[in-house]
Amino acid sequence: MSWSNYLPYLIVMAGVTYLIRMLPLTVFRREIKSVFVKSFLHYVPYAVLGAMTFPDVMYSTGSLWTALAGLIVAVVMAWRGRSLLTVAIGACLAVAAAQAVMLVL
Amino acid sequence: MKQNFLRGLKHGVPIGLGYLSVSFTFGMKAVADGLTPLQALLISMTNLTSAGQFAGLPLIIAQSSLIEAALTQFIINLRYALMSLSLSQKLDRDMNTPRRMFFSFSNTDEIFAVASSQPGKVGHVYLYGLMLAPYIGWAMGTLLGAVAGQLLPEFVRTALGIAIYGMFLAIILPPARKEHPVRVVVLIAVALSLCFRYIPMLSGVSSGFVIIICAVAASALGAVLFPVKEGDA
Repeated sequence: MSWSNYLPYLIVMAGVTYLIRMLPLTVFRREIKSVFVKSFLHYVPYAVLGAMTFPDVMYSTGSLWTALAGLIVAVVMAWRGRSLLTVAIGACLAVAAAQAVMLVL
Repeated sequence: MKQNFLRGLKHGVPIGLGYLSVSFTFGMKAVADGLTPLQALLISMTNLTSAGQFAGLPLIIAQSSLIEAALTQFIINLRYALMSLSLSQKLDRDMNTPRRMFFSFSNTDEIFAVASSQPGKVGHVYLYGLMLAPYIGWAMGTLLGAVAGQLLPEFVRTALGIAIYGMFLAIILPPARKEHPVRVVVLIAVALSLCFRYIPMLSGVSSGFVIIICAVAASALGAVLFPVKEGDA
């Protein structure tokens, strides 16, 4: 991609992300009082990641069946509280295994 | 002094290893989508955020409006504001404004989690040690994925595509299992996301706005239905 098409996005993404992290740590330093705002902020990460995961996870491997295998393994491992890295690796291995099975079938 | 730095460094190594694997898939995907390895690396070195980068990539490729790119990053990364606020209560007196400005760059989900779980206050020496391995891991993984990702056999590349979603699920599911409100909020966000994908009238909305609408609607509904009580969050 040409640098002139790319750089504006780099600057905007990095700038917004940095300001969100930096301002509350340096400028505000005070606690949020509004229960609504607090609750809203508490739920945002889960809502964001939920919307980013579904349905995209089903198209992440190029085949609905291998993706489903990876998804099931990831859900079971994550539900049991395994670490981020373990769940990610488990999902990849499940997809690899499903691909091998599909080759044989 | 030196001890604090080494303690932070040691705490950061497992995070760095985890980042190495996830950023590898980011580098691989960025190059497959049309960025150069250097461009992929620069995004990781300046953003240091998994969900934000994975959501931003299709916006760059599609040359979406910069407003959409800014709003998408704002909503996806809004959680960092909460973490930074929370961490600001835990910082040692030696954390003056320049040091806060420097460290805040690296306040990721995992670094925040480790820093806030330390007993007592945390100072700049410990935090600098803590941020080092994750930063290097995130940058190195991106570069490796961008340069070497295409050399891997196709079935390995395909399998790695699901890694980021495995990580997301590992973040969402444990609290969703414990807290009924989180479960409801996640299900609402997922249901909305499915609507935007499969209902023809809605499927024209671009990816950044879909995430924004789903997240804001589900979180606002959650905040109205299940206000978080003092000390819960």
